[in-house]
Amino acid sequence: MSMNSVGRPTRPTLVATLPGAIPATLGGGRGLLQDEALIFEREGWDSSGVDLPEPSQDASDLGDMVRRAPIGLPGLSEPEAMRHYVRLSQKNHAIDLALYPLGSCTMKHNPRLNEKMARLPGFADVHPLQPQSSVQGALELMDQLAHWLMTLTGMSAVAMSPKAGAHGELCGLLAIRAAHEARGDARKRVLVPTSAHGTNPATAAFVGYEVEEIAQTADGRVDIADLAAKLGPDVAAIMVTNPNTCGLFERDVIQIAELVHAAGAYFYCDGANFNAIVGRVRPGDLGVDAMHINLHKTFSTPHGGGGPGSGPVVLSAALAPFAPTPFVVKRGEAYELVEYREGEAVQAFGRLCAFHGQMGMYVRALSYMLSHGADGLKQVAEDAVLNANYIKARLSGVMSAAFEGPCMHEALFDDHWLEGTGITTLDFAKAMIDEGFHPMTMYFPLVVHGAMLIEPTETESKAELDRFCDVLLLLAEAAKAGDVERFKGAPFHAPLRRLDETLAARRPRLRWRPELSTDVAAE
Amino acid sequence: MFFTKDHEWIKVDGDVATVGISAYAAEQLGDVVFVEVPDLGKVLTVGDSLAVVESVKAASDVYAPVAGEVIEANGDLAAAPETVNADPEGAGWFAKLKITDPGQIEGLMDRTAYDAFLASL
Amino acid sequence: MRYLPLSPSDRSAMLGVIGAATIDDLFVDVPVAARRDQPVDLPFHQGELEVERALSAMAGHNRTAGQGPFFCGAGAYRHHVPATVDHIIQRSEFLTSYTPYQPEIAQGTLQYLFEFQTQVAALTGMDVANASMYDGSTATAEAVMMAARVTRRGKAVLSGGLHPHYARTAETLAKVAGVQVQRLDAAIDGEAAVLEAIDDDTACVVVQTPNLFGTVTDVTAIAAAAQAKGVLLIVVVTEVVSLGLLKSPGEMGADIVVAEGQSIGNALNFGGPYVGLFAAREKYVRQMPGRLCGETVDADGRRGFVLTLSTREQHIRRDKATSNICTNSGLCALAFTIHMSLLGEVGLRKLAMINHAKARDLRDGLMGVPGVEILTERFFNEIAIRVPTNAAALVETLAGQGILAGVPVSRLSPKGGMDDVLLLCATETTTSSDIAALVAALKGAF
Repeated sequence: MSMNSVGRPTRPTLVATLPGAIPATLGGGRGLLQDEALIFEREGWDSSGVDLPEPSQDASDLGDMVRRAPIGLPGLSEPEAMRHYVRLSQKNHAIDLALYPLGSCTMKHNPRLNEKMARLPGFADVHPLQPQSSVQGALELMDQLAHWLMTLTGMSAVAMSPKAGAHGELCGLLAIRAAHEARGDARKRVLVPTSAHGTNPATAAFVGYEVEEIAQTADGRVDIADLAAKLGPDVAAIMVTNPNTCGLFERDVIQIAELVHAAGAYFYCDGANFNAIVGRVRPGDLGVDAMHINLHKTFSTPHGGGGPGSGPVVLSAALAPFAPTPFVVKRGEAYELVEYREGEAVQAFGRLCAFHGQMGMYVRALSYMLSHGADGLKQVAEDAVLNANYIKARLSGVMSAAFEGPCMHEALFDDHWLEGTGITTLDFAKAMIDEGFHPMTMYFPLVVHGAMLIEPTETESKAELDRFCDVLLLLAEAAKAGDVERFKGAPFHAPLRRLDETLAARRPRLRWRPELSTDVAAE
Repeated sequence: MFFTKDHEWIKVDGDVATVGISAYAAEQLGDVVFVEVPDLGKVLTVGDSLAVVESVKAASDVYAPVAGEVIEANGDLAAAPETVNADPEGAGWFAKLKITDPGQIEGLMDRTAYDAFLASL
Repeated sequence: MRYLPLSPSDRSAMLGVIGAATIDDLFVDVPVAARRDQPVDLPFHQGELEVERALSAMAGHNRTAGQGPFFCGAGAYRHHVPATVDHIIQRSEFLTSYTPYQPEIAQGTLQYLFEFQTQVAALTGMDVANASMYDGSTATAEAVMMAARVTRRGKAVLSGGLHPHYARTAETLAKVAGVQVQRLDAAIDGEAAVLEAIDDDTACVVVQTPNLFGTVTDVTAIAAAAQAKGVLLIVVVTEVVSLGLLKSPGEMGADIVVAEGQSIGNALNFGGPYVGLFAAREKYVRQMPGRLCGETVDADGRRGFVLTLSTREQHIRRDKATSNICTNSGLCALAFTIHMSLLGEVGLRKLAMINHAKARDLRDGLMGVPGVEILTERFFNEIAIRVPTNAAALVETLAGQGILAGVPVSRLSPKGGMDDVLLLCATETTTSSDIAALVAALKGAF
């Protein structure tokens, strides 16, 4: 026989790998995870990844306005830049990787058709101040999106320009304030339930109102008696999220609207949770006067690591005259962008931003709406609610649901079931990271102790939901069995372990500085 | 030393009162990362915000237990906010007030009463 | 439907686990009067092909900047963005992640935000910068609010060179916050006039450089004079490429710098999404709006980054927050930081030089057009000219000839009495034949 003893081994060497006996790597990298320095810590800042021609003229006309001192900006060649950002990207969790069950955030699939459409030169390479005759398609798109939003919500008008949810809240409250002032009826207070998003009281205060909290009932809804007691001639508005942040539909919403209107106040609805009811319930039928719609939640525009968002605000007939500029109207076959509103309609409260809002997000949202259609959007709400109730049903035997009865698009648990284990909601969430899932929203809403708010969205398959529930049940068993270290030290398998937020806040380092770096780059 | 139900303490020396937060409060807040002390000369009535104390996750107002004018603020806390955790009822004081109505002290709890109040929480 | 994974059999199996007979059982809390069994009155679902066809038709009804000679600026600028930028921002891990509230699995986002903050601070010449705002105009409004908090005064003075839409945005917000706003009359070169409007209650003066009319201003003296009266100087930059060539606002003494960052990394997008830059002196950091990313260590002592100083923000401070902002412009900030890393100091300086040179070419060309008066003396890449006709009508006429000939001031400020003033901008994307075409068209227009 011919013996070939050369070549690589084809079986793993059997070495006992006891927990804790895994050797640390020597250079900082860990398999596919690369250790990546800051761009400022590289040597040589005089590279560039952009090739540019020589300028045709100099800057002698600018005299001493020319910048002489170094700016402090390192340059990377294209391959270096690509590696830098790809390495960074691998340290992020993403919807495209696994379930991202952040309650109140609606982390649904972001269709790539939307991205392709937003990049059509006819939308992306168009200047906001081109003559209107040259942007009829862009105005048509805004008009059509507005039509979809108004039809889905049953409202009479929409202000398109707000750039995110909180900006939409600002828009809504400014319209409400303008409406009161137009009647010579300055009002002072805004009522907000304890379970509200932080942006609600922050916005009300920003607009100059005093914020007063409304109590919540034992079943997680607005306490109507408390609301009635607090309503009065100085209340400008109520801000209610519906479905609310406990994942529950406000059963008495129509009665709430009647009480609010009887007191001469307006009903602002935080539409962050519109995904639960889109295509099935129209907020206009509930007595809402203004509601922002997070296109980056319900209508699938990407969250992008924290933005950009888009928060158009639908308005009732009572508030429509106070909408800010600009807005689109159709005159005959032509679309007109109204950028100033003077003379006959001076009620517009002003302007929220330089141009016309988040066009790039409008294209994506309309692409999503046309894809789903009226039938598909109704199915979105139903599947979102079905998925959340499925999770609630599967986990309720072990974890403690905060409220009885069906939930809407998100399932809320408290931490009673962890009592006596020494494990907190935070510990449990960090252990989820080790299992490959992003944690749920924690400690929000504030009305539930150790809150865990799980929103799966409709774009999760049953198989992924089952995988998620199986893992949570295993973790819950481990918690109850006293496997405390698994939780207290978690995460062990993420790119980093828990971070020292106290140090970050006590000694803020908000930028790289050469003197603080061990590896000083040439400046 | 006297205490309020909002967990401020006050120590009176003549017509000058030193104000801080109790050891219990400091523990409940967790790691203090920032303290905003009042400007000198600020005149406060009972319950006015005297200082803001921040942990990573919360910002809390510290209220004036008695009325008075701010005559000194603890500037060391800017560089070392952790002093509030390390020595809340000593070096972690926030401000000194010139009291306008010494009678207001009488409504506050002494140590024994405050301990009993904490036990009831 | 292609985005919905549940099959009909999944749905019935899941209802079984839940113990519900139909999906309607899960919507029982909705008042009967508001329940809708039938879809709303809108078209039904469509395939990718049909959607693409519908949207492409709309896109086709727009004239794009790249289709011919193009000279629009006034707060939004057409620059070339390297292909790498758009590729990276479409990576799933960046595109489909949330705000980095779980730092252990969001170091990618956090590190680029830290790098972004450092780049913005360097570029503006300031100590610290935040992780972005919606855009330059909302950043300006927030800066005015911040100055009022810092100084505890109630008035802001806005220069006549400030972009009118920025001024209107700031005015809208300031009014409800109880801050009085004084807007000065439009002036081609008059940023220093803000000093004359200062009174005892003035919190800040807001100037723009290069301003709406393209004028570059040395604000050093304005800074000193304002600060001597306890007034903060806010400098607004709408064309951030200019900072590759011009002295930084920080170097000239600004207290707060806000800028529109769109020029770096981001397309025109008909006005949004853009990215607001916000930088300030270190001593004001706790009064800043928006998210801040900071350096720290993990449990094993390894360096990492977290969102920090969050007690300023709405999710902690609620009604006492410095701003109500939550979502910012994360992905646009990523595009900015990638493009800026590719350019580097060498590339940015050269890009700025080219922009300035193109504007000089444009100015030189326009000087040869009888009837055109050049109004801007010291400029970066944008100039104002006076034409012997209505500027808006002229722009419409030239658009009909395939030339997008800039922005008439009347578009931004209809009652400003500047109906014959036109703003024109040139960037590295402008060619000499573009300029020649514009000059020829203008010669034939009046």
